[in-house]
Amino acid sequence: MPDAPGLELIRGEIERDCPDAVLATSFDRAQAALIVDPARVLDVLRWLKDQPGQRYDFLSSLHAADYLPAEPRFAVHYELINRDRVERIRVKAMLADPGSEELPEIDSCVELFPTAEAQEREVFDFFGIVFRGHPNLTRILMPDDYVGWPQRRDFPIGGEPVTFTYSEQRFD
Amino acid sequence: MEVERRSLREKQVDARAMLRGDLEGEDLERYVEERVVTTTFEKVQNWARANSIFPLTFGLACCAIEAPISLVTARYDLARFGAEALRASPRQADLIILSGRVSIKMAPVVRRLYDQMLEPKWVMAMGACSSSAGMFANYAVVQGADKFMPVDIYVPGCPPRPEAVLYGFTKLQRKIQGNPDQSWRQRYDAYGTEEWARGGPRSAPSPEAAEAYREARELTLA
Repeated sequence: MPDAPGLELIRGEIERDCPDAVLATSFDRAQAALIVDPARVLDVLRWLKDQPGQRYDFLSSLHAADYLPAEPRFAVHYELINRDRVERIRVKAMLADPGSEELPEIDSCVELFPTAEAQEREVFDFFGIVFRGHPNLTRILMPDDYVGWPQRRDFPIGGEPVTFTYSEQRFD
Repeated sequence: MEVERRSLREKQVDARAMLRGDLEGEDLERYVEERVVTTTFEKVQNWARANSIFPLTFGLACCAIEAPISLVTARYDLARFGAEALRASPRQADLIILSGRVSIKMAPVVRRLYDQMLEPKWVMAMGACSSSAGMFANYAVVQGADKFMPVDIYVPGCPPRPEAVLYGFTKLQRKIQGNPDQSWRQRYDAYGTEEWARGGPRSAPSPEAAEAYREARELTLA
């Protein structure tokens, strides 16, 4: 786990090779995170994967979050691990909501990490985030004809309203 | 027809005479009267159906641990009610126990299983989830299995005790034999006290529907 100064060192090295790709860093509860420009997330992931001395070459999880009402609203999280040093780093790409009709887009990292194939489909299924260049971006858990993105925070909870009236009056 | 009560010893003597072929005339008439029960074919058929139900080997969620799995063990022993033969094919099964929540992706599969079963067939909604979705008021779960298939009996609980499932099962047997249990509203004449989830009195049935319902209820009571 890189500590806070280590995270800043990583940021500086990325800044040298990919200028302006990292927008900010966050070190919270011993979790190092790089907040990156969504247009350049592949550059950062490739750098972290291939750079000698870093070699975060295992994508342990790819998931999304909806931070409504914060802006930008969506975030795609990439959890990377270096398995030799057992160090983890998180890469966050914040995505703005382009409006009700369009879907937010980000580049797919299936070329870098083949394990992302199913996880990007799951993110697409639940949040409606489109991964450009994904080989087969279809729904994975919900039925194919399902309408809506059920894990978004503005998605209705669903079910049926239940009211308890305690009324025993007769309706005759 | 009055049948004279006789001692076991006398009956045994008669039975031996019958086997020898010595029984004739009035004795033979009495022998037959003592041993024949008259009924209707439908009653015998329903009696046989109720006492040899073949449940489908089928589980949906956590309730499956309680129902099809623990019910057939020696402790609860569904065989006492003639339903120990669990069938792995819906074409051989009479009863499908919906043991758990039905997700919207599973609902077409469950419906197809039900459609593949041969008549007569029965459905038990076991537990809160398949009866009303229980705590899962969300996008993924069907809000009650009776939204897409007919359900004969509902067993409440989360999960129900195996004894509760057995009780529901015996109620289903009585239903099959044409003598369904009266609901508490029927027993206490409490119709019209229903609580409405939505709409209040406006969601009460139309006069025509209420009339048809009343007639059906009188037929049931008759």
